[in-house]
Order: sequence, then C-alpha cells, then structure tokens
Amino acid sequence: MNAQPVLEVDDLWVHYGTVPAVRKLGLTVGGGEIVGLIGPNGAGKSTTLHAIVGLVPARSGDIRLRGASILGRKPETIARAGISLVPEGRRIFAQLTVEENLRLGLVARTGHNDADRDLGWIEELFPVVREFRARQAGTLSGGQQQQLAIARALVAGPDVLLLDEPSLGLAPTIVDVVFGALTDIRERGVTVLLVEQRAQRTVALADRTYVMTNGEIRMTLTPADADDTERIIAAYMAS
Amino acid sequence: MNHVQALIDAIGEGAVFALIAVGIGLVFGVLRLINFAYGQLIMVAAYALAFPGNWPDAASIGLAVLAAVVASLVMERIAFRPLRTADPSTMLVATFAIAYLLQNGALLQYTYRQQGGLGDSIGTLSGLNQAVTIGSLHIRWVTFLAIGAGLVSLGGLALILTRTSIGLQMRAASMDFRTARLLGVKADTVIMAAVAISGVLAAVAAVVLSISSTSVNPTTGFQETIFVLVGVVAGGIDRLVSATLGAFAIGFAIELVGTELPNSGATPFTSNVYMPSVIYLAVIVVLLLRPAGLFARRGQRTVERV
Ligand SMILES: Nc1ncnc2c1ncn2[C@@H]1O[C@H](COP(=O)(O)OP(=O)(O)OP(=O)(O)O)[C@@H](O)[C@H]1O
Ligand SMILES: [Mg+2]
Repeated sequence: MNAQPVLEVDDLWVHYGTVPAVRKLGLTVGGGEIVGLIGPNGAGKSTTLHAIVGLVPARSGDIRLRGASILGRKPETIARAGISLVPEGRRIFAQLTVEENLRLGLVARTGHNDADRDLGWIEELFPVVREFRARQAGTLSGGQQQQLAIARALVAGPDVLLLDEPSLGLAPTIVDVVFGALTDIRERGVTVLLVEQRAQRTVALADRTYVMTNGEIRMTLTPADADDTERIIAAYMAS
Repeated sequence: MNHVQALIDAIGEGAVFALIAVGIGLVFGVLRLINFAYGQLIMVAAYALAFPGNWPDAASIGLAVLAAVVASLVMERIAFRPLRTADPSTMLVATFAIAYLLQNGALLQYTYRQQGGLGDSIGTLSGLNQAVTIGSLHIRWVTFLAIGAGLVSLGGLALILTRTSIGLQMRAASMDFRTARLLGVKADTVIMAAVAISGVLAAVAAVVLSISSTSVNPTTGFQETIFVLVGVVAGGIDRLVSATLGAFAIGFAIELVGTELPNSGATPFTSNVYMPSVIYLAVIVVLLLRPAGLFARRGQRTVERV
C-alpha cells in the first residue's frame, strides 16, 4: 500500500436476522488506489458495500473514512461525506431525464463551485450522458444506463467510489469502456473499491483484490496473480 | 343551459378534490403512507379561519395556512417519523388514531366553551358566495375561486417539482427512496417538504370549502377526504397525476350526480341519497377491471418504502 488509508473497515460483522452475511471483515483502501473485491454469488460483497454506505447496520466492528468513524451514520450523511455507491443493477431513475439523474448526483456535493469543471471531464469520459441529456433515462440501453449511473456517482465529487458489479449483463465492448474508465477515474484522484464477478479482469486492474467467500475474506491477490487462473479458482473454492 | 351550469359547478368541486388528492398523494409518494387524518388538517385550517372573528381576510387565511402547516409538521414529527420503518398497516392505524384524536379534540372544546351548537361560523371571503349571471347561468364566485385556486396551486406545485432541487429530490425519493438517499437526498428534509406543502394545500381546500359552507364543525373535511381517497385509489395512487385525475373525476361526478338527481326519489337510482353507493359501486367496477387504477400506466411496478 502506497498511500494514506482513505477507507478502512475493521472486524466488520453484518447479520440479516441471526444469519451472519459478513464476518470479521477487514479491508483498507489507500488514497488513489483501485481495490477489488471478488467472490461467488452470495459471498457478502454487496452487503459489505451496503454496510459501508449505511444501508445496513453493522453488528460490530468499525468503518472509517479518512480516519473518522462513519459507523451508524445515515446513507445521505455518508454520501455527503464523500462516498458514492454505484449500486448493483444501476438504479437510475428511469422516469427522469439523463440530466435530472445527473443533477441528483450534485445533491451530495459539498463544494458546489467546481461542479462545471468536473462535469466536463465526466462527460468526456462518458459522452453518452451528454449526447442523451434530454432523454428519459429509462430509454437508454443497459450499457448507457451503467455509464449514467457511474457519471451520476462521480458528479457528487466523491473521495471514494464504490461500484457493485458494474459489468453485470453488459456487452464485451461496454465492459471495456467501464473498466477503462476506472483508470481515468483514479487519475482524477478518486479512490475506487470495485466489486466484481469478472475475477481475472479485476485482479489485473486493481492494485489489490480481496477474495471473499461465505462472508469472509480468504485471500488477497495482486496483478501478478492475474494470469494464475488456478490460484483464483482455488481462492473461490476455499469455502 | 342548466346542464352547463351543473358542469361548471362540477368542475369547481373536482378542483377542490384534486387539491386534497395532491396533498395526500405527495405524502404518499415519499412515505408510502395514506394519511387518513388529512381531512382533520382541513378542519384545523377551517377552525383557524373561524378563530379571529374580525381579522381581515388575508390575515385569517394566513393564519389558516400556518395552522395547517404546523399541524401537518407536528403530525409527521410525533407520529409518522417514529413509525417510518413500521408496517404500512401500523402507520395506517396511526393516521386513523390521529384523525379521531383531532376530531374529538374539536368536539371537546365545545364542552369547555359551553356553546350550544357544534359549529363556528366563518365569514372569510363570504362575498364570494354571490353569483355572477352570464346569460342564463348563475355561477357563484367561489366556484371560480375553486377552479382558480386549483389551477394555481397545482401549477405552482408542478413548478416546484420540476424546476427546483428540492422538487427533483422529492420526485426521486418517491420513485426510489433508497437510491435517492445514496445520492445524498436527506430523508427528513424531503419528507418535511412534502408534509409542509400538503399542509398548504389543506389550507387552500379549507378556504374554498369554508366559503361555501360558511361554518366549521368537527366533521369538516371528513367526508371530502373519504371521497377523495376513493378517487385516488380508483385513479391509481402510485402516480400523483393519476391520483389527482381520479379525485377530480369523483368530485366532478358527485357534484354532477347530486345536482342532476332530485334529493328524494321513488326509486333508488333517481335519488342522490344513494349517490355514495353508486359511486362506490363504480369504483369497485373500476378496480376489478383495472386493479392499478383507472389512470395508471400499464405494467407499472409499485415502489418500495424507505
Ligand atoms: N436483505 C437481505 N435479507 C436477508 N438476507 C440477505 C439480504 N441480502 C442479502 N442476503 C444474504 O446475505 C448473503 C450475502 O449476500 P450479498 O448480496 O451480500 O452477496 P453478494 O456477494 O453481493 O452476491 P452476488 O454476487 O450474487 O451479488 C447471501 O446469503 C444473501 O442471501
Ligand atoms: Mg451483490
């Protein structure tokens, strides 16, 4: 790790009823890093992200943003503190226009002054959001909606961007666009925590990738492991 | 020509119902809660109109708006907020309880005041009960006020919802509250905004209703709200526009049927005594044919709560 931790999760436990979905989870994301979190269906990846943004309560443990605990805060407070989540299934507002979706992204922004400059590079990164500005968001294709969802999260000017399976159900060319964008996003100073099912691509892209099964982190992989398919498969099986 | 007059009166009644529907629908949008106590907000505003006796009209209307907004916000703070994550049926029962509480509170004050009748007269804008004569039509000014107030209020609300940031946030919260919060939309703020606006609309409805009835009593607003809820459900509560159209249709129908039918008749369907039954029957038929509501879009999914 080469930077100050921006996001730290310590000994996190999350339960649904009596069933633990996340167990003694610890992870650290340094400033300017891209960190991956992979694992099979039901491993607890989304639950981890939901706990970070305050959508589900933690049973115990701690979550810190720039050293200060955000545990137990409301989702809107955490969003305004600088964490943006691109949720699984995109969750764009289908009946609103593309522009209105982007304007909603501005709500969490604390310093409103340089919004235009940010909007500039975000539209450059995802030209579709500029092109289809006035369109109803629900009429966009799945790939375009995913780009809108990421753009909407970015206009908030977050310190940390959390993405929950952004490549799910997308055509290969769009997957390339999304993965390519993450590098640009990092270069803009945004720290990235990427939850994915595309294990190999994630390991290759991220500075570090945690492998999660059954609510626990089993292993940490580096880009050097990207071609070691057997090791990745073994990590998935270790449950 | 008589029919034209009935038609205009019916539009006036529909406009008032539409206002009430929007007040209920706005809160439903953000809370997934049907506020059965909405009629009592109208009652509170009407009592505020009756209260100062000899104030200028503008001042007593101002007081009525203030009273309805405060009552609405207090309701949200002490009842809806603690129950926000509760079962929808719990919230529903809570609004029933508040409705009864307010109604009986209004009743109780007559005991203390030792007044004979259960009512207070309202003189606000009473001049508007006079009719203008256009050809063979006699239309009361209050009918124009009802239509005008409906248009202005709904137009103003439409501007707030489409042109302001809080309006956009309210719309987003109505569609998907969880995602809206993830974007930094403050739950308490949008809910309080919706609740406050619904209070303003209750006051506007109270002014129009009070001019016609020239009085207020503990049941003021009750009957209208029940009819509006029927219209809202028939129209489709999931969208503000369809709910409003549904309520307008009910108000329009009730007024039209009421004036076109005699007060007592030899056979059931020629008497407006049976009108509520006829209306309910129509609603049942509508809901059987189109469960999502008369004006709802097809294939629409219901949205989750907070
Ligand atoms: N709202 C919920 N109520 C109860 N159990 C839940 C809920 N959400 C998730 N779970 C359970 O928690 C576990 C972890 O689910 P989670 O959605 O976090 O997994 P995931 O790693 O994101 O899976 P996927 O790759 O399929 O998205 C699963 O066993 C799931 O069934
Ligand atoms: Mg998931």
